[in-house]
Amino acid sequence: MKLIINGKERDMRSSRTLTELVQELEITAPHFAMALNQQVIPKSQYSDTALKEGDKVEIVHAVGGGV
Amino acid sequence: MGNTITSTEKKSNLKIGDKTFKSRLIVGTGKYASFDETRMAIEISGAEVVTVAVRRIELDTSKDSILNHLDPKRYTFLPNTAGCYNVKEAVMTCQLAREAGLGNFVKVEVIGDEKTLFPDNEATLEASKLLVADGFQVLPYCTDDVVLCKKLEDAGCVAVMPLAAPIGSGLGIRNPYNIKLILEAVQVPVIIDAGVGTASDASRAMELGVGGLLMNTAIAGAKDPLKMAQAMKLAVESGRLAYEAGRIPRKLYASASSPLEGLIDI
Repeated sequence: MKLIINGKERDMRSSRTLTELVQELEITAPHFAMALNQQVIPKSQYSDTALKEGDKVEIVHAVGGGV
Repeated sequence: MGNTITSTEKKSNLKIGDKTFKSRLIVGTGKYASFDETRMAIEISGAEVVTVAVRRIELDTSKDSILNHLDPKRYTFLPNTAGCYNVKEAVMTCQLAREAGLGNFVKVEVIGDEKTLFPDNEATLEASKLLVADGFQVLPYCTDDVVLCKKLEDAGCVAVMPLAAPIGSGLGIRNPYNIKLILEAVQVPVIIDAGVGTASDASRAMELGVGGLLMNTAIAGAKDPLKMAQAMKLAVESGRLAYEAGRIPRKLYASASSPLEGLIDI
């Protein structure tokens, strides 16, 4: 299934939900968050949030920055 | 005689929203050479509030994060919306930050002009209203405009953060009179955000009576960031103490500090 993840198209083989996507991408950042098609998804809903072809996923975390 | 000196022990705290801080210096985490340097500079600065940006995770490279290097028990994180140019981006960035576990303190920043990085005040006010309604404690970066700061306070912001000078410019406070007017107009803490270049700029800002100071480039961009972190810590503390102590009025002519009586007669 092709997804647009952080602006780049990726072919994800085993990700039917956001939980599986996190596993397949091996995201280990202590604090990260995801938005699906411009909607912020709470962590508690990752396993219930199904993905479909062409979905746009944003995965963000904290980086150094000031103003 | 015999009285103990207590005045400096009773240093006042900075209260923002539901939190109280001993340090009046808020620091950014950008532009450092390494995560180690970031951590050390922040430790030396004594800051308790640390601002971070929110960006896409780089999926193909190192997955290390600034948050692996800063103890969340020690610091209150202040995720910012730096780089956002509209209300929607700013609001969503804050929501993502909260979902990422960074808390509900947010520095709202909606940039209106790329060259000066001056804020889009109208969009900042709108984003602030939406975020306050969504349960955030909002600290907006804004221009040093008294009417705007009043509106931001009325919108429920827990502080206002007027700039001293353009971001990263190091020009120091360009309009201390505007800052004084803002201090008179609002009850929430006024935190100078951006524009400080060196320690004397920080002291001068604090001497005006502002609640605190947010800086990043002045420390991270110094030749020796760790020394500058120490300098800024001292400058913010001494500036605040001088404000609380109350300076003498400026006068054109001299006024002797030794007694005029009892002079020898030659």
